[in-house]
Amino acid sequence: MNAHVRAADPKQRIKGATGDWEIVIGLEIHAQVTSQAKLFSGSSTAFGAEPNSHVSLVDAAMPGMLPVINEECVKQAVRTGLGLNARINNRSVFDRKNYFYPDLPQGYQISQYKSPIVGEGEIVVDVTPTESITVGIERLHLEQDAGKSLHDQHPTMSFVDLNRSGVALMEIVSRPDLRSADEAKAYVTKLRTILRYLGTCDGDMEKGNLRADVNVSVRKPGAPFGTRCEIKNVNSIRFIGQAVDVEARRQIGILEDGGTIDQETRLYDPGKGETRSMRSKEEAHDYRYFPDPDLLPLEFDDAFVATLKAALPELPDAKKARLVSQYGLSAYDAAVLVAEREQADFFEAVAKGRDGKAAANWVINELFGRLNKENKDVGASPMSADQLGGIVDLIGEGVISGSIAKQLFEIIWTEAEGGKALDPRAVVEARGMKQVTDTGAIEKVIDEVIAANPDKVEQAKAKPTMAGWFVGQVMKASGGKANPAAVNEILARKLGLG
Amino acid sequence: MTDLTKLTLTEARDGLRAKAFSATELAEAHIAAVESARLLNAYVLETPEIALKQAAVSDARLAKGEGGALEGLPLGIKDLYCTAGTRTTACSNILGNFVPTYESTVTSQLWRDGAVMLGKLNNDEFAMGSSNETSCFGNVINPWRREGSNMGVGSAGVEGTYLVPGGSSGGSSSAVAANLCLAATATDTGGSIRQPAAFTGTVGIKPTYGRCSRWGIVAFASSLDQAGPIGKSVRDCAVMLRSMSGHDPKDTTSVDIAVPDYEQAIGRSVKGMKIGIPKEYRIDGMPAEIEKLWQDGINWLKAAGAEIVNISLPHTKYALPAYYIVAPAEASSNLARYDGVRYGLREQGRDIADMYEKTRAAGFGREVKRRIMIGTYVLSAGYYDAYYLRAQKVRTLIKKDFEDVFAAGVHAILTPATPSAAFGIGEKGSADPVEMYLNDIFTVTVNMAGLPGIAVPAGLDGQGLPLGLQLIGRPFDEETLFALSEVIEQAAGRFPIPSRWWA
Repeated sequence: MNAHVRAADPKQRIKGATGDWEIVIGLEIHAQVTSQAKLFSGSSTAFGAEPNSHVSLVDAAMPGMLPVINEECVKQAVRTGLGLNARINNRSVFDRKNYFYPDLPQGYQISQYKSPIVGEGEIVVDVTPTESITVGIERLHLEQDAGKSLHDQHPTMSFVDLNRSGVALMEIVSRPDLRSADEAKAYVTKLRTILRYLGTCDGDMEKGNLRADVNVSVRKPGAPFGTRCEIKNVNSIRFIGQAVDVEARRQIGILEDGGTIDQETRLYDPGKGETRSMRSKEEAHDYRYFPDPDLLPLEFDDAFVATLKAALPELPDAKKARLVSQYGLSAYDAAVLVAEREQADFFEAVAKGRDGKAAANWVINELFGRLNKENKDVGASPMSADQLGGIVDLIGEGVISGSIAKQLFEIIWTEAEGGKALDPRAVVEARGMKQVTDTGAIEKVIDEVIAANPDKVEQAKAKPTMAGWFVGQVMKASGGKANPAAVNEILARKLGLG
Repeated sequence: MTDLTKLTLTEARDGLRAKAFSATELAEAHIAAVESARLLNAYVLETPEIALKQAAVSDARLAKGEGGALEGLPLGIKDLYCTAGTRTTACSNILGNFVPTYESTVTSQLWRDGAVMLGKLNNDEFAMGSSNETSCFGNVINPWRREGSNMGVGSAGVEGTYLVPGGSSGGSSSAVAANLCLAATATDTGGSIRQPAAFTGTVGIKPTYGRCSRWGIVAFASSLDQAGPIGKSVRDCAVMLRSMSGHDPKDTTSVDIAVPDYEQAIGRSVKGMKIGIPKEYRIDGMPAEIEKLWQDGINWLKAAGAEIVNISLPHTKYALPAYYIVAPAEASSNLARYDGVRYGLREQGRDIADMYEKTRAAGFGREVKRRIMIGTYVLSAGYYDAYYLRAQKVRTLIKKDFEDVFAAGVHAILTPATPSAAFGIGEKGSADPVEMYLNDIFTVTVNMAGLPGIAVPAGLDGQGLPLGLQLIGRPFDEETLFALSEVIEQAAGRFPIPSRWWA
């Protein structure tokens, strides 16, 4: 283990019978590269096809077949390396990792062992909106995914689906820099966001396109690293957090009982909320890595990297900083918006030519709130940025009040006309939702309310905050359309509170 | 009518163009020869119907004055080359009755140029062997016999011991020598083209690594394997190699360098060329006949105007041990795919591990198992640095030996092809496999360095058996090898078999 040591914040420590413990976590993320074809064959990578329908002669390891590197996967790995602020290795080597398994047709996985395509880097991870940590990236390498064994298709046999066999994965290895389940979750969340911004991995954990091997050890604060266990193939961010906590408590329990931790590979069972042993160090495979003689070393020049770098999209950290400075947003709002590129894009479309804070308020509170409720992402929003921008405009121009705006939002969200999206301004016009700024009309309503409630007038004179009751009555009587500022002003005058 | 099978490939080509005979007649003559020579066991699968069909197409083309470089010429194909729709086994039980749906790049180029397929040729199992005694289809017999031995079919006894044709391309060398095809494809990982050629009085060239595509050829050791032809003459090999060569995007180790018309190199002057004679190849206990053969070669090249220089390739003695680490290491991984899951042999087992073990135990022969075990061992944790890594370092040094010599102006290197003539079946290696491995002592360096090497017959030993010389060239300078070999062939003559004793 590396001597690189980051101490945990004391509040992250776990209380044990013998005192405080600190968790040390390192993550190996397997991210499926977004590409049309597999890493070394032309087969499609599309998800959900009939078993064994995306299998070439190379994927099935027929005799005499040879791998040919897919250049797009190389580009994706380089883009990712750049996004992780990492060193790009212009020369890397593919190795064979040898083991037998039915879903591994070649009898070896082509991976990168000693010379990965991407070296050390780091990312900034927001643990809370105001707290961030820097997490070291050890390396990123390209490798082939395996196929899938199906054990539920036949009473005595297992079937193998090779659609996934040979699909490109990036294995992204962090340094052991994480100190709590929350940090681990925040790290994976951030990494996923970066990958999605880059377009190099869709981060779809349900499809297994992003999965984590979680290395956990515990130690007394300030002590050297303890023996770690590797929890394989955890496939949701929530489970990563649970697995870390469960495993740390298991290890602390053993150590406090005077036992020792065996280095081993474990599996997390979310149903039982426990990790259990998969294989011990002694049972570990000897993978007999050696350079794949079918492939030349992977080499490219600086210009290749520079071209990719020049075309990189704005990444979340830069975008967040820009949203704060350009639109005057709070760091919190900016962080919420940049979590997904599509969200930030939607916001910027709404904010274009408008007040940024108001736009952020409507995008985050109303739109995202509604999307969340309906379990939709921003791409599936029934309301366009133009429509939401139209609502913001109407508020800004004083055409509608805030409460009317919410009604308008509801109408725009749920209704359409002849299959066409509604124009907010036209709806306000057609349905008489315009705010009343005609002071004469407002005065008339106020006069009526005052005349009907002489006792309340007396009370208000003694207690000026009672004016709020009158505002409510006036708004109610006007159907919410009265301009609140005008109501306040006239009421104050009429009640003699001015 | 003359016996068409006695023609060389280029003579037959010229005869077809001159319409002296038809491609169908040529195919029929060879099909008959193959049928009458089953004793030699050179073919593991005969495909006369394919040959006749292809020949008919060739005749139609030739009649119109069209046709490729190999139009209508019947060839034998080593069973390591995948042939679409035709059983391909690498002569291993583990592939069972495997029928590829695809054609190797090299053979597809042969068919593109009009060649005719007579069948699949025997070889050592997965090309592992130097005598063609490890094939699951049984031994191949060399059409050459020791002088005075006069065995008939089925006879035995020391005097009458059948000789090996060399290996691993023993079916190829035997078939070419016995006129069972005009030329054959072969592969060479440590000498598997050159040693069998030398044992049978035929010519064999292993081109530069990367010259021919490996796509569709069953892999033995990927960094060493290279396709090449065995033929009856230097010219025949030149014509064959031109069709077999070329860049293939499906093999990233194949090289994108234009393929020259190698036949043009035949007869080219070798005057002023510097020929290196490496002192390290003068090994202890080298038979006087081999010494004399080597000297004859020197004299012939000198007479043709070449300059002979003594050179040193200091790391030669490490080549064989390093080779027997690198090649098995790669093989142990390359052969992992034969697991009974998707194709080939499957022996049922209690569970997946049991199925693997039973299948591989039944499917692989002794020599293949030995090499898988050696390869697995040298790649194991704790041994990798001591064996595999060190062998790779040796390989770099061997390569550098050659580079230094070529940089000093040497055009080609002349050595014996083998330490002896063909030996009897069962005579070598049964007690100690290293005895068999020593056959490759002059040839493995060339594979380790990725260089081109050609074996050309140059004389007979005291028992009347052919002996070969080897010429090693600069990378992608096969033309110089053809020019120099032609000088030797002109001086030594060709070595057709004395009789068709098996027929």
